Amino acid sequence: MNPPVATPFFFYLLAATMIIGGILVITRKNAVHSALALITTLLAQAGLYLMLYAPFVAGVQIILYAGGIMVLFLFVIMLISIERAQKERQFNKQWLIGIVAAAALGGLFIAVYTTTTKGRVLFPEGRMSYGESDNTQRIATLLFDLHSGTYMFAFEIASLLLLVAIIGAVVMAKKRI
Amino acid sequence: MHAMLDISTLHYLVLGAALFLLGVIGVLTRRNVVIVLMSIELILNAVNLNLVAFSRYWQGIHGPSALHGQVFAIFVITDAAAEAAVGLGILIAFFRNKETVNVDEVNLLKW
Repeated sequence: MNPPVATPFFFYLLAATMIIGGILVITRKNAVHSALALITTLLAQAGLYLMLYAPFVAGVQIILYAGGIMVLFLFVIMLISIERAQKERQFNKQWLIGIVAAAALGGLFIAVYTTTTKGRVLFPEGRMSYGESDNTQRIATLLFDLHSGTYMFAFEIASLLLLVAIIGAVVMAKKRI
Repeated sequence: MHAMLDISTLHYLVLGAALFLLGVIGVLTRRNVVIVLMSIELILNAVNLNLVAFSRYWQGIHGPSALHGQVFAIFVITDAAAEAAVGLGILIAFFRNKETVNVDEVNLLKW
């Protein structure tokens, strides 16, 4: 397999798209604009998944996240009145607490990521592997295979969770049962 | 070749941390419930990015079958779908009763 081309360029392009999209999500007044910015962020993240040799996760990200969950969000934004919500105050009074909490978390991240044990950083780059074309097949083996399916039980629990979520969403959103 | 220019796991981790912080700021400071839920999606996606980056890192050490991070990312996406469905259902029920979508006006369990 050929080595990838211009990896740093695409990484920084997609990373910048994600950061700008994330900032737009939390600052826009109109919730529809926020949703569109979030869709941009999710699509850029799917590109990063491709760069990490995770094509199946990238496909799930596009179909399920950008396609399914965000359409659900847009539906609900249309159901509730957005005109009046735009005229109201957008930020609550605990922005100071928010900034302090985010700064504390950021400090924690910096502390962890710059930690060195015996002169080595915590997450050195391993040997570069260029990924395999049977990525999806290997994921399916982990999920479904009867003998080596490590996550088969977790998969069944996840389907139960989705069933409960469907029932819960219907019960919540319905006017009278 | 270009060892200095290569994108390492740490690059992805820093990007994930930045997105996580943006999500935390959004959850703590916005009033609109829909945007708070979207910020939670940002947080979940930051975690997913970390998981897939770690999966790549482990693939470099343990061979191409070390895909546990990607499987876990798929489970996180499943949970995000369930969370969004139930959260938006609650939001619709709340909006029907109180005619508002602001978090700081949610102060009663029953009315």
